[in-house]
Amino acid sequence: MGKYYKALTEPLFEKNPIAVQILGICSALAVTTRMDTALVMSLAVIAVMSLSSLSVSMIRKGMPGTIRIIVEMTIIASLVIIVDQFLKAYLYETSKQLSIFVGLIITNCIVMGRTEVFALKNPPGISFVDGIGNGLGYSILLVAVAFFRELLGSGKLMGITMLKLQSEGGWYLPNGLFLLAPSGFILVGLFIWVLRTWKPQLREEE
Amino acid sequence: MIEHYLGLFIKAVFIENLALAFFLGMCTFLAVSKNAESAVGLGIAVVAVMTITIPVNNVIYTHILKKGALAWAGLPDADLTFIGLITYIAVIAAMVQILEMFLDKYLPVLHSTLGIFLPLITVNCAILGGSLFMVERNYTFPESVVYGFGAGTGWALAVIALAGIREKMKYSDVPKGLRGMGITFIVAGLMAIAFMLFSGIQL
Repeated sequence: MGKYYKALTEPLFEKNPIAVQILGICSALAVTTRMDTALVMSLAVIAVMSLSSLSVSMIRKGMPGTIRIIVEMTIIASLVIIVDQFLKAYLYETSKQLSIFVGLIITNCIVMGRTEVFALKNPPGISFVDGIGNGLGYSILLVAVAFFRELLGSGKLMGITMLKLQSEGGWYLPNGLFLLAPSGFILVGLFIWVLRTWKPQLREEE
Repeated sequence: MIEHYLGLFIKAVFIENLALAFFLGMCTFLAVSKNAESAVGLGIAVVAVMTITIPVNNVIYTHILKKGALAWAGLPDADLTFIGLITYIAVIAAMVQILEMFLDKYLPVLHSTLGIFLPLITVNCAILGGSLFMVERNYTFPESVVYGFGAGTGWALAVIALAGIREKMKYSDVPKGLRGMGITFIVAGLMAIAFMLFSGIQL
């Protein structure tokens, strides 16, 4: 079981897809203004990643190397369409807020990267676990960034008021910058700093 | 009329900059901005691919995928929008391939400059994002040409600017844990704040 445990836990911090491998940044920054959108997006990515790794790994032996990118793309795109239709049917409001970012999971480089690097060379079981692990690593960063952005930007968590706003008679003056695009970059930058201070072996010299 | 298209172009380049306002194409944006020369090559490739793929996807969307678009084929009730995603990505992959073959044959100098950047572009979400925004906003064909060119130019501008800053930053004393990617994120964040100034412009 050690191998499976490692495949599941290593991507959480040591090989975190966003902070260490620097993959899949686009959606990580764009959907993190609220906790609930970040959670839905995380679930969507975990589902797509684990299933695409599983499917690619199952057909890896019968697939010619020259057309593998197209095959992988088709598998990923089909899974994303399923997730997209599912969200539209059951979580319509959230899917409106996620707008084009569900579709962009197709070109999310982590999904493609993991199928290329891992699923093509390993059996289905461990590829599935690796997909879940990387999905979780992605989710941790997504939810952490969303936590700070929603709390500091609008004084709420999951839509429930945590810090009572001045405009509603409370004491907290919200920092609107946290709801805007640039704060996402800066927060991810600071997370990388914290992670690299905690685990100095991840530092890079330039 | 001209004003409308000019407004759309300025909006796509500055106000709705794909890289700094919508965070699209970040993986390549951060990975290829180490030096200005390769950033320029990548920028040109993105402009070319976007100017071609967005109008092509627009034609496919309005004449085949949209609800009721298949009326000319005797299928007025058909609604194929759900296969949109897979169609757009296939069009992008095919166009990139064709562009690469075309450049290889007729413009070998440009082909060797762009080199590895062309295949990379298939998985650049700015390109797919541009097509999806085009569909979401219901652009007409001429609008989609202008939007494709503008969005590509905006992305190229952002990546070249970031590469310039990173080249200068080699001489700075950055805290150890922040070196490399950490500081790049923060620089991109500060650039995004600067680009926010454009958002007040009324067109």
